[in-house]
Amino acid sequence: MASNKGTSLRKYALVRLALVVPMVFVVVTMVFLLMRVAPGDPISASLGGHAPQSEIDRIKTELGYDKPIYQQYVEYLGQLARGDLGTTITDRRPVTDIVRENGAATLELTFYAMIVAIIVGVTFGLLAGRYRDTWIDGTGRLFGIVIYAMPVFFLGLMAQLFFGSYLGWLPTSDRASPIVQATMETHTGLYTVDSLINRDWPAFTDSVKHLVLPAVTLGLVTAGIFIRLIRVNVIRTMKDDYIEAARARGIDERSVVYHHAFRNALVPVITIVGLTVALLLSGAVLTETTFNWPGIGHTLLTYLQNRDYAAVQGIIIVFALVVVIASVIIDFVNAYIDPRIRY
Amino acid sequence: MAVTTPADTTLAPRGRRLNGIRRAFGPVAEARGMARTMLWLGAGITLAFVLIALLAPVISPYDFDAFEANGKRFPQLEAPSRDHLMGTNVQSTDVLSRVIWGTQTELKVVLVSLLISIGVGVPLGLFSGYFGGKLDRVLVLIMDALLVFPFLLLAIVIAFLLSDKVGQGILTAAIAITVVYIPLYFRVVRNHTISIREEPFVEAARALGAKPLTIIRKYVFFNVVQNVPPLATLNAADAILTLAALGFLGYGIQPTEAAEWGYDVNRAVSDAASGIWWTGLFPGLAIVLLVVGLTLLGEGLSETVNPVLRKRSIAPVDLGAAAPIDLEAAPRNEQP
Repeated sequence: MASNKGTSLRKYALVRLALVVPMVFVVVTMVFLLMRVAPGDPISASLGGHAPQSEIDRIKTELGYDKPIYQQYVEYLGQLARGDLGTTITDRRPVTDIVRENGAATLELTFYAMIVAIIVGVTFGLLAGRYRDTWIDGTGRLFGIVIYAMPVFFLGLMAQLFFGSYLGWLPTSDRASPIVQATMETHTGLYTVDSLINRDWPAFTDSVKHLVLPAVTLGLVTAGIFIRLIRVNVIRTMKDDYIEAARARGIDERSVVYHHAFRNALVPVITIVGLTVALLLSGAVLTETTFNWPGIGHTLLTYLQNRDYAAVQGIIIVFALVVVIASVIIDFVNAYIDPRIRY
Repeated sequence: MAVTTPADTTLAPRGRRLNGIRRAFGPVAEARGMARTMLWLGAGITLAFVLIALLAPVISPYDFDAFEANGKRFPQLEAPSRDHLMGTNVQSTDVLSRVIWGTQTELKVVLVSLLISIGVGVPLGLFSGYFGGKLDRVLVLIMDALLVFPFLLLAIVIAFLLSDKVGQGILTAAIAITVVYIPLYFRVVRNHTISIREEPFVEAARALGAKPLTIIRKYVFFNVVQNVPPLATLNAADAILTLAALGFLGYGIQPTEAAEWGYDVNRAVSDAASGIWWTGLFPGLAIVLLVVGLTLLGEGLSETVNPVLRKRSIAPVDLGAAAPIDLEAAPRNEQP
């Protein structure tokens, strides 16, 4: 990277993409080592230790687990390069199928959760930062801290108790009622979108009702991060010279705050969204378990219980890839917005 | 500019090192306003939990796994009553006792995991940052790769792998959590070390012929270590949440070994459908309260230590009076 001066956006993008390759390589290698070398024998583990030796050997040969470890590693890399994430041991399902089917459920949950998080987080964060050290700041921060301290599964449980058992307003598990799930014609796998495409209004309301509690629960917990970071950002921005300059020019305070300070304080929101992707995925695993949401995290836990190392390996790599891709996208957007970032 | 104060103290003779520590923590006493409230409120809550944990054998009405007393079996899923202030759960154990003993478990795990992650992360960061080179590049790559995983997944997988070998105890849970936090300490310490390495006082020490280890120990360490207490407190809060999440998913501590709040909340999910609230509410509230306490303490600390956010008692007055004068004087002198 000798000629760094005057980097164009395209050059930045290429360099950034080139940096992804070693990262993915290290991640994949780590997961492989963790899952293949540590546990000893994944086949007999997945069969529960009761299967006869001949059966174990047969499956081992079939899946290539009898080859030396470095050969397995090289073959696995080759598989990945072709876009094949492997096949589960217990039910012989390609991991890519899991991603397609259960991934849609997770995507739907996390997407709406992110919207809730942004709305709540940005509002409270801006207000708390703007009115620093007043009761508004106090309330906003307290809310931020309490919501951050709230395990997503506990908030979910309380929501189930109150809105599900006590008030009886909203369903507390699954993505939709059984009939809707059985009759839904799928296009995207996102129930709220599919039902709209089908113009099936009852199905739409049904899936929205099922979505409310999990999405709001996950969104609120994620909002805690937004509140904290945006608040600090507003405070930092309000101390900047250009704010002082705007005030000195006689621009009235409201305009300074809304047009000058807030706008700049919100640029990092894109970065925060990127950072919260990993957090959101962790939260999704818990939310899916709490609300019996058939997403990819829920599936991962099922395979963990069945000690299916191949499935776990594949799904973990998918999670890591999602985070890597998200961070690359965020970097691109940031570089596009702020030319100083392109190095 | 954050560097100057502690830099003076590390250059001071050996006997006055305590002075340096006092000065590093000086801002704590100077904290005012919200930071002060947060700091002391957080410290109070945390201390209360520590006391509960220490006094668990004395104040807990029953053992964490007791389902009978004096030969009489406890009722199952009983609502809070005089005998069981927080009711009983499906296994007929007393919820209050489980909450109290759970405090001990959470704090033990968090303490062990913090000690390991600081013990590994800080030295690695110091050496990697100071010496640089190939080792640094490899370490950064590994740590960044670790940070790529959603932290909970990493913890689950480690706990899952260890549970086969070591069993599901406090150590397993602590190690699973540790793996998540080592990269954080590594990153913070390494980046700070790199910037300190180029400071004139370090260069001076190098010119005087100080060995690298001496420089790291005497000049770099004290400057870098300032960042650790706020980070550690916030991580402790985070670690409680991770442990509870592990317990909730069934990869935490074996229920026969100790009481754990997250596991209890998980058992309560099936009670929720029938409107039973006491089995989940109390352990959940305990998690929230302890995490709030630690977060307040951590945020209070970072707000007092971090110069960007710091507000001292005199500062607002000073700034208000000094700034206009500076503004008038400075530009004229600096005009080319």
